[in-house]
Amino acid sequence: MFDHDDSFYQVIRRQGVSRRSFLKFCSLTAASLGLGPMVASKMAYALETKPRIPVIWLHGLECTCCSESFIRSAHPLVKDVVLSMISLDYDDTIMAAAGYQAEEILEETKARYKGRYILAVEGNSPLGNDGMYCFPGGVPFVEKLKSMAADAQAVIAWGSCASNGCIQAAKPNPTQAVPIHKVITDKPIIKVPGCPPIAEVMTGVLTYMLTFERLPELDSQRRPKMFYSQRIHDKCYRRPHFDAGQYVEHWDDEGARKGYCLYKMGCKGPTTYNACSTVRWNDGVSFPIQSGHGCIGCSEEGFWDRGSFYSRLTDITQFGIEKNADEIGAGAGVVLGAAVAAHAAVSAVKQVSDKKNKKNKDL
Amino acid sequence: MTLNYTSDESARELRSRAIARASIYVFEAPVRLWHWVNALAIVVLMGSGYLIGSPLPSMPGEASAIFTTGIIRFVHFSAGYILTVALLGRLYWAVVGNVHSRQLFRLPLTSLRWWSEVLFELKWYLFLERVPKKYVGHNPLAHLMMVSMFLTTLVFMIGTGFALYSEGAGYDSWQHLLFGWIVTLAGNSERLHLLHHLGLWMMGIFVFLHVYAAIREDIMSRQNLISTIINGERAFKDDEP
Ligand code: HEM
Ligand code: HEM
Ligand code: HEM
Ligand code: SF4
Ligand code: SF4
Repeated sequence: MFDHDDSFYQVIRRQGVSRRSFLKFCSLTAASLGLGPMVASKMAYALETKPRIPVIWLHGLECTCCSESFIRSAHPLVKDVVLSMISLDYDDTIMAAAGYQAEEILEETKARYKGRYILAVEGNSPLGNDGMYCFPGGVPFVEKLKSMAADAQAVIAWGSCASNGCIQAAKPNPTQAVPIHKVITDKPIIKVPGCPPIAEVMTGVLTYMLTFERLPELDSQRRPKMFYSQRIHDKCYRRPHFDAGQYVEHWDDEGARKGYCLYKMGCKGPTTYNACSTVRWNDGVSFPIQSGHGCIGCSEEGFWDRGSFYSRLTDITQFGIEKNADEIGAGAGVVLGAAVAAHAAVSAVKQVSDKKNKKNKDL
Repeated sequence: MTLNYTSDESARELRSRAIARASIYVFEAPVRLWHWVNALAIVVLMGSGYLIGSPLPSMPGEASAIFTTGIIRFVHFSAGYILTVALLGRLYWAVVGNVHSRQLFRLPLTSLRWWSEVLFELKWYLFLERVPKKYVGHNPLAHLMMVSMFLTTLVFMIGTGFALYSEGAGYDSWQHLLFGWIVTLAGNSERLHLLHHLGLWMMGIFVFLHVYAAIREDIMSRQNLISTIINGERAFKDDEP
């Protein structure tokens, strides 16, 4: 293993990465974070001199899709870069150590890097039955989470599970799973939602935190603005078809073949904040809309409970049967129309009889 | 004196004129102008808003040559701005205009007398009263609906509308500065769209009832209505109190 206090640069040089590649990485990462060339040199300086930040990566109730995404990061490449850039001291899914040996690392990091390490959390904690539904290493996950968060510098919530609860917190939420900000209330939390989040977004956030030793700028939901300040729809390459009024109306129609906008097929791009339409997936190869399917809004809070993936707005279930907003409006309109028509008829009768009465009086 | 817009106040206002069958100048020009600008903007907003939610069938041809949804959205946003500026003008007029210009912005909720007339008016609508009362301004039930159903929905639509607008305009826009908190309050952009969309139906119900009530009352009440909102003069059909 490497010495903990080595800088990132020392580590990768030892692995045979050239200085040229290192600088290239700095510029690429700076660009992907939307920062200028001046920042690239600042980043290079930081990575050359600062000891690597220890990261503890915990897994709660989750499906490991965040890890799967993370290890596919292309810029920076996870193998060469991130695993040496940070000092990933504990990650029970991909670490070599196991059992007591592994769990010891947690205590060791807690003591040695008190207040300095970053706690990255994938998945969330079920609170039902005293946390019995997630029980890694013989303790309820919620205990492990609280104890590791206590001495951390900051907490990263990876993915929709940790950020918003995701599927395990979807109705009826039998295990009472809650996003981690419901458990940890006294530490800065940064949310990186998505099911999973985009690999480059994950590594980008980590790089930023390492380089500048602070959290990136966050929005009101605590998501980093550099990746979550725009909706899929704002940068979607099918947007010209949206503006033109050209929509896919059926999955197998002419419009679908021509790559028209998926709005009418329930694309949730207009209501989803994420970087898919700019960063894309798998080294920029594609993203769902490019493959012909609408966005399902996986990075939005409660996306499992917002009705069909194929309707743009949530159906309203309060009336027993599922209705969309327009059906309810039309229903109200019909009832109202009938009531008003009846009312108008009675009014007319009254008007006529009043006139007659008046005439009779006048006579 | 604070006004409660009740029928005895109307009688007093009428009595203060020498001739009993007076026509009173109720809605000043800016109020009338606002009414029709507002009505037009809302009709346009409802139409274009509906088409944003359920777009027209697809257009053939190159995307570079057509801009159908773009134009519909542009019309929606322009009408939204006109609606908002008109409301600000109307608010200003409520400060400098006559007493009836303020009726839309205050409800005499603490006046028992006013409430009893709301009830009376309700009975009149339900055919339980034979003879309606006279009102110089809006009758109490109309007044209640104007504020609770129209003004509230209007403010709600402007708030949610600009909040939606801020999502496209970005974090450094004034729309985000002024209305961004509404996105946060709604919790999620999809819910915000849904709320704004439901507002369409709320507004539609108001317009429907309002136009029906205006026509019906024009015929059946003891004062004219439709010409009042056109030329400002309220005329009464009889001399009885
Ligand atoms: C039996 C049923 C009803 C009848 C006969 C009726 C009739 C009327 C009349 C005569 C006015 C007075 C118009 C005026 O002086 O300006 C009025 C006002 C109004 N009513 Fe009703 N109404 C009924 C129920 C409702 C309901 C259930 C609502 C709402 C859900 C409603 C909404 C309104 C509104 C918004 C106004 C103000 C519009 C205006 O002043 O023209 N009404 N209604
Ligand atoms: C989108 C459509 C409309 C909206 C939102 C609307 C809204 C309003 C509002 C808010 C007022 C109160 C004005 C104030 O106190 O300053 C009002 C008054 C009035 N409106 Fe409309 N209006 C619409 C269309 C119409 C139409 C089409 C008519 C004609 C049939 C009409 C007839 C009247 C009348 C007669 C009054 C005066 C009521 C009274 O004398 O008490 N409105 N309207
Ligand atoms: C009576 C007033 C209004 C009505 C009835 C109305 C109606 C609608 C409807 C039905 C939609 C479609 C929502 C959906 O299905 O997602 C919509 C979207 C929208 N409205 Fe309004 N609206 C009103 C006022 C405003 C105002 C004042 C603004 C501010 C500029 C505004 C801005 C927007 C925006 C930005 C959208 C989203 C457009 C998009 O998703 O492309 N609206 N409106
Ligand atoms: S496909 Fe979806 S995200 Fe792209 S323009 Fe259409 S609605 Fe917007
Ligand atoms: S396009 Fe939408 S559903 Fe798909 S990964 Fe991106 S945010 Fe999630």
